[in-house]
Amino acid sequence: MDLIVKPAETFRGAFTARNSDAAILRFPFPFNEDGYMYAVNIEPHVQSGPTAAYDAVFDLDEHYVGECEDRAMVLEEDPLRCQVLPHMLDAEWDTLELLMENLARDYPALFTLTKNGDAWRWVNKPLGLDQSFIFGKTETLPYPPFEYITRQVQGDFTLQDHRDDNLFMDGGMVTSQADWSLNFDLGMSFHEWHGPVPLAHELGVFDRALQYLLRLQNGKPVRRLNWTLTVNPRLDTSPENYPVWGPDRLTITPDNVGEKMCLRVELQTLTRLPRSNAILFGIRGYLIRLEELVRVKKWAARLHRVLRDLPLELADYKGMLRYRQTIVDYLATFDDGAVLNSGTAPEQDRL
Amino acid sequence: MRARIAAIEALSPAIKRITLAAADGTPLPTASAGAHIMLAIPGPGRVWKNAYSLVSPPDARDRYQIIVRRVEPSRGGSAWLHDHAAAGQEIELAPPINLFPIARRAAKHLLLSAGIGLTPFLSYLPVLRGAGQKFELHHCCRHAEAAAFTALLPGTGEAITLHSSRNTLDVLHLLARQRLDTHLYVCGPDPFMVAVLGAARDLGWPEAKLHFESFGGATGGAPFTAHLKRSGITVAVAADQSLLEAIEAAGLQPPCLCRGGACGECALPVLGGVPEHRDHVLSPAEHAAGDIMMTCVSRAKTPELVLDF
Repeated sequence: MDLIVKPAETFRGAFTARNSDAAILRFPFPFNEDGYMYAVNIEPHVQSGPTAAYDAVFDLDEHYVGECEDRAMVLEEDPLRCQVLPHMLDAEWDTLELLMENLARDYPALFTLTKNGDAWRWVNKPLGLDQSFIFGKTETLPYPPFEYITRQVQGDFTLQDHRDDNLFMDGGMVTSQADWSLNFDLGMSFHEWHGPVPLAHELGVFDRALQYLLRLQNGKPVRRLNWTLTVNPRLDTSPENYPVWGPDRLTITPDNVGEKMCLRVELQTLTRLPRSNAILFGIRGYLIRLEELVRVKKWAARLHRVLRDLPLELADYKGMLRYRQTIVDYLATFDDGAVLNSGTAPEQDRL
Repeated sequence: MRARIAAIEALSPAIKRITLAAADGTPLPTASAGAHIMLAIPGPGRVWKNAYSLVSPPDARDRYQIIVRRVEPSRGGSAWLHDHAAAGQEIELAPPINLFPIARRAAKHLLLSAGIGLTPFLSYLPVLRGAGQKFELHHCCRHAEAAAFTALLPGTGEAITLHSSRNTLDVLHLLARQRLDTHLYVCGPDPFMVAVLGAARDLGWPEAKLHFESFGGATGGAPFTAHLKRSGITVAVAADQSLLEAIEAAGLQPPCLCRGGACGECALPVLGGVPEHRDHVLSPAEHAAGDIMMTCVSRAKTPELVLDF
């Protein structure tokens, strides 16, 4: 897979991160209809989809170096963003093996993995790493295996232990989250960590999703999309750092909404891990400024209709009540009311 | 995936160990302790899909090993593996699935097996030993097969006991003397499982600490036919095929998403016949009403269903 990685950009401070035309066209737009409501929108994670973001098992893009650097900064300030409980050591090695094998296969120009029995060598060219180690021997890596490899991949990850007919969040690397805390959720069961989500519990969504995930099979990963809105292309919107990013929410005006307001989409993948029988949950986040998104005509009109008609509880949960009308007014200027095709493909080859 | 039979060893007159490797020589997917694979075994007029526990160490990616007892009368699978399989032959294999994993937070693992039910524990042993976990294995078998099972259990000692004559295993006493943070694993013939699990429940063991091999969620069952009224065709659903697969095999594109009975996408209205529900979407009342069904997992209680599709 061809991938051109940009020099480092920032997802904080001056917010220099922007999407190229190619990055806009590969964005995993989440709305296939003009309305939105919770559903168990899980499907097999096959390597094809409406945009190129679905072409690799673990998608990397032009923001790779900048996102890895942002993660390193978050961990420097707050090491508790990466925690794994002791009984999950097999799952740590499972994760390292899965990510290294897939990245080396999908991006051979960027990564190589060489194995000689348990003696492995991992080369990461964009980050300038060349590491020889013994698979299964934690002391031969500079970090524990889960932290070592997830420092080198875009997106957050959590590890779910499967026991007592339930899933428990017993580990994670979470530095680019939409306002939730690994340190708070660590050790919780499936329904516990989903506790704050409105409406979906009553619909039975979590009961069904858990039953489905308990049957998740090795070699048959699945995916779903989730979304929210974020002010500025800021990866780390954590509860721990709310004082840093919370005040941004007061800065949205009709003049700057297109530039500052971002749609945040999470391409979430769920993979059964072979040795540990745990489940790896990947939360690959994408940020796109509204002024970038509206260059795709269909997406502009559809996002307008979805946000305009979103039920109040959902709009509140996603934290947008303060600026929802400003966004809807901005997007309305791009919506001529024409009927849109269902599906999420951009339906244009260039911008 | 295609596998090649690399070796077949007779462990006793009725028990064989079969070693499989990837047909193209690439590494096999890593398995976990307790996992099973599905083999597609050729038979007259149809293919048998049988599940076998892996007995090779979970980290071994150059081979999968299974142990097969010749069942009398055989449904077809074990007889073919005993009488017709030979080294060098190729066979279709579905990657490992684990419905019987080790409970990682147990302070001690108590493993009870009988007969061929020993097989999943053969993949447990290297993992438990490697992690320094406390365990105790009791295996019951016929006297005639004691030598074969002894050969499979190197290091028999305090942690491993073979019971090859009746009444040497006092299950109640064994269960009663366990520490509270012990987990129990049971695999063997139905009467053995019922007796052991019943004793544990009588003693007050909580369900969360009882583990037994179960193939729940399987898609197979008795064959039936489905008449698709709007399409005007009738499809035959084979024993090892889902209704959804049968409709797709007829060239139609029915709705579906998760293919696991969770999302509700594949629901079709039932106009005739009685569905056997296996989904997690519909309520008990909807199951009882029987006028809608999930084609990806649910089957039929009657020989024919009529569907609005």
